[in-house]
Amino acid sequence: MTETLIQGLLLGGLYCLFSLGLSLMFGVMRLTNIAQGDFIVAGGFAAICIAPLVGGSPLLAGLVLLPLAFGAGYLLQRGLLNRTLGKDPLPSLVVTFGLSIVIQNLLLEVFSASPRSLESGELSTGSLSLGGDIVVGTLPLLIFVAALAATVGLQLLFARTPLGRAFRAVSDDREVAELMGVRSAHVYALATALATVLIALAGLFQGLRTTVSPADGPLLLLFAFESVIIGGMGSFWGTFVGAMVLGVSQQVGFGFDPGWGVWFGHLVFLAVLVVRPNGLFPKTKG
Amino acid sequence: MGATVIRSTRGSKAVLAGAVVAVVVAASLPLWGESSWMREFVEISCYLIFAMMWNLLAGYGGMVSVGQQAFFGLGGYVMLALGNLYGVNPFLAIPIAAAVAALASLPVSKLAFRLQGGYFSIGTWVIAEVFRLSIANVSAVGGGSGTSLTALRGISRSVRESTTYWVALACVVASVALVYVFLRSKEGLALQAIRDSEVAAESQGIGVERMKLAVYVVAAFGCGMAGALYFVSNLRISPDAAFGVDWTAFAIFIVMIGGIGRIEGPVIGAIVFWALNKFCSDYGTWYQLGLGLLAIVMTLFFREGLGGFLNRRLGFDMLPTRRILKLGAEPVALKSQPVVEARV
Amino acid sequence: MSAHFLQTRGLKAHYGDAQALFGIDFEVGEGETIAVIGANGAGKSTFMKSLTGLVKVAPDSVLIEGRPVGGSRPGDIVRQGVALVPEGRRLFPSLSVEENLRMGAYAERSGPWSLERLYGLFPILKEKRKVPGTSLSGGQQQMVAIGRALMSNPRLLLCDEISLGLAPIVIKEIYDALPAIAAEGMGIVVVEQDVMVAQRVSQRLYCFQEGRVSLEGASEGFTREQISQAYFGI
Ligand SMILES: Nc1ncnc2c1ncn2[C@@H]1O[C@H](COP(=O)(O)OP(=O)(O)O)[C@@H](O)[C@H]1O
Ligand SMILES: [Mg+2]
Repeated sequence: MTETLIQGLLLGGLYCLFSLGLSLMFGVMRLTNIAQGDFIVAGGFAAICIAPLVGGSPLLAGLVLLPLAFGAGYLLQRGLLNRTLGKDPLPSLVVTFGLSIVIQNLLLEVFSASPRSLESGELSTGSLSLGGDIVVGTLPLLIFVAALAATVGLQLLFARTPLGRAFRAVSDDREVAELMGVRSAHVYALATALATVLIALAGLFQGLRTTVSPADGPLLLLFAFESVIIGGMGSFWGTFVGAMVLGVSQQVGFGFDPGWGVWFGHLVFLAVLVVRPNGLFPKTKG
Repeated sequence: MGATVIRSTRGSKAVLAGAVVAVVVAASLPLWGESSWMREFVEISCYLIFAMMWNLLAGYGGMVSVGQQAFFGLGGYVMLALGNLYGVNPFLAIPIAAAVAALASLPVSKLAFRLQGGYFSIGTWVIAEVFRLSIANVSAVGGGSGTSLTALRGISRSVRESTTYWVALACVVASVALVYVFLRSKEGLALQAIRDSEVAAESQGIGVERMKLAVYVVAAFGCGMAGALYFVSNLRISPDAAFGVDWTAFAIFIVMIGGIGRIEGPVIGAIVFWALNKFCSDYGTWYQLGLGLLAIVMTLFFREGLGGFLNRRLGFDMLPTRRILKLGAEPVALKSQPVVEARV
Repeated sequence: MSAHFLQTRGLKAHYGDAQALFGIDFEVGEGETIAVIGANGAGKSTFMKSLTGLVKVAPDSVLIEGRPVGGSRPGDIVRQGVALVPEGRRLFPSLSVEENLRMGAYAERSGPWSLERLYGLFPILKEKRKVPGTSLSGGQQQMVAIGRALMSNPRLLLCDEISLGLAPIVIKEIYDALPAIAAEGMGIVVVEQDVMVAQRVSQRLYCFQEGRVSLEGASEGFTREQISQAYFGI
């Protein structure tokens, strides 16, 4: 039981990283990125390509990958996604859906359909004893800590910094924010750049922890989405907790039958939707 | 300008007459055509019907669903179960399956409608996944690996193929009529008015919710019909084929090519899709990638699609559903384009 | 080129195909307080939006110190010293009072206005600085909206119907703060439905009617008949 719980929470750490970017982009510009999962997979493949160039170290690969992701996210928003924003959600949905198809097929063409993973060296074999007979892997623990740090970081960024204030202001009333001198096109692009960094980090960890393959994206998107909705839109802590709930639910499902984990996660998501449509931690104001 | 309402134009009457002739000619195809033509027609019919329903949802109802394959697959499985397990004639099972899908959409809507905008889209996708994973656990219909439709085994191949063809033709005509009648009904016109007027669209009153539900149920019916038809023709079903998101991907492509929010859009889009499929599908991943790119480009730069382009070129609406909209559309043209909005 | 800080010449504005302003000539100088009156739909708010870049207009139809700025981005205009208190206040709901005020300083123009000075002008805002802006009373919200505009240290402050929906005593309190603001040479334009108030607080006034200026001149000089003629066109 404790074992299931701990494994579930650690899985939730990964899902939290999957979902923060989605939550961030939706929160700042009401943009639902259907290609979120495919971005994660692309991030994983990018890390796999970069690693050999930097001597195989996942850490160095990350150091190269994350700034690249920031730039790519910024350009993507400035060049493409900003054109899709507006009252009507259709353009952004169709465009990100189209992107999802483009990315999947591009990855398939370049890397073929077989799953790949990132060599992690001693990271994947190491483990830590948490007292008693509870032992957790170093890598899952590292992912969990990264997720926690990312959540705290985003929360602080939004609550305490001028950029965070601008994020909230454009989200509330873009026209008035522009009146104050905020350039929303730029602020949106920064939001996506930040989201893309988190996405790339998630992809890197996914590649380290298990495998990535070109067709994985949609499922990862659904996990990210479920975490956001379970937690309640509009708060990063909500997303964090939502990811934990999803991770534990799936782990419990896996316990019954290996084929049931994902399904059970979906059911818990639907149950939350029925019982608490605004999530476990609904946003109270605004 | 008076308040006279124009329901049809000379051009649209000509299109209608042409369509009637085309249907009559098409109906005689089994007498002179090749069986591969019939198979192709049946397949593209399924895409067309599914795309028309997506158009209804997204283009008229403002609901960008990515999960209509839930009802497509459900239609297919209900038809199969009725045929294989209860001895119902599969052709007769098609309308029943469609009705079951429509019925199932009522409780499903309760869940899906709790989410808005983009989150509605992904929510419907999760629901479709739940359908897929659940059916994969039902061994009576073959579990995860699927099963074959055995109920048609006694029938000769040529009879089966031409019957399937006629049924497909009937389904297409019925779907076009269904959408057309729905859009010209009081609900349909109100829906278009809502879509085109921001003020009303923002006041999400009870009336709006009810109208959305009506669209959702009609769309589920159509998708269920398409799914049942597809697997009558295909004879083999599996959860992955029945509930795959590819159905929605192709529907989006067809609708964006043909023109979203116009009734003839999916028809034009389906013809283009058929042609592309025929000549380019050998390119595999590059072909799919191209479809994705084309959908993006159409959305960003040619929202009116080929249908809108043709209408402008011809100077008339091929199938006018938007009689009241002519008046209602004016405030939309006057609507401010808040600068900040346009400039991003 | 001109003694006026801001000037419009034949300003026309459109919403899509519909024209809302038909050639407005207008000017405001340093330290001057101008009132713009007119019936609902006369085009007053459109005028304010045209001045601040929210509605796109021809470049040389709006001049700041003689420089054409029509159709510039709102952010560029605020950097040149024109700030708008928008109709309906439009505070950021998810920002606290103080955060709302800080947003006003986003353009980072230097000048006399700071949080401390603003709290001196509206002491109640200091008390409430931590609460969400939208949880305040209408009058207090209006103070935040005005304060937010002041935080950009404008040389011209545009106020669109700041008295809308407020009790008379609150309106008086807010308008009483204006002279102190104008004392340092800041120009002020108030859009006001209440003609008496408009006349009292301004030196000159413009009356708008269906997108045109129907009356213009020193605020004191007009009779009731002249104004209602210009207001309603009857
Ligand atoms: N966003 C808009 N879209 C279309 N027309 C508008 C919009 N805003 C204002 N108008 C029209 O422009 C005219 C002037 O409106 P407005 O400037 O708001 O008047 P006022 O502020 O004097 O009440 C009115 O006829 C109004 O209907
Ligand atoms: Mg106004």
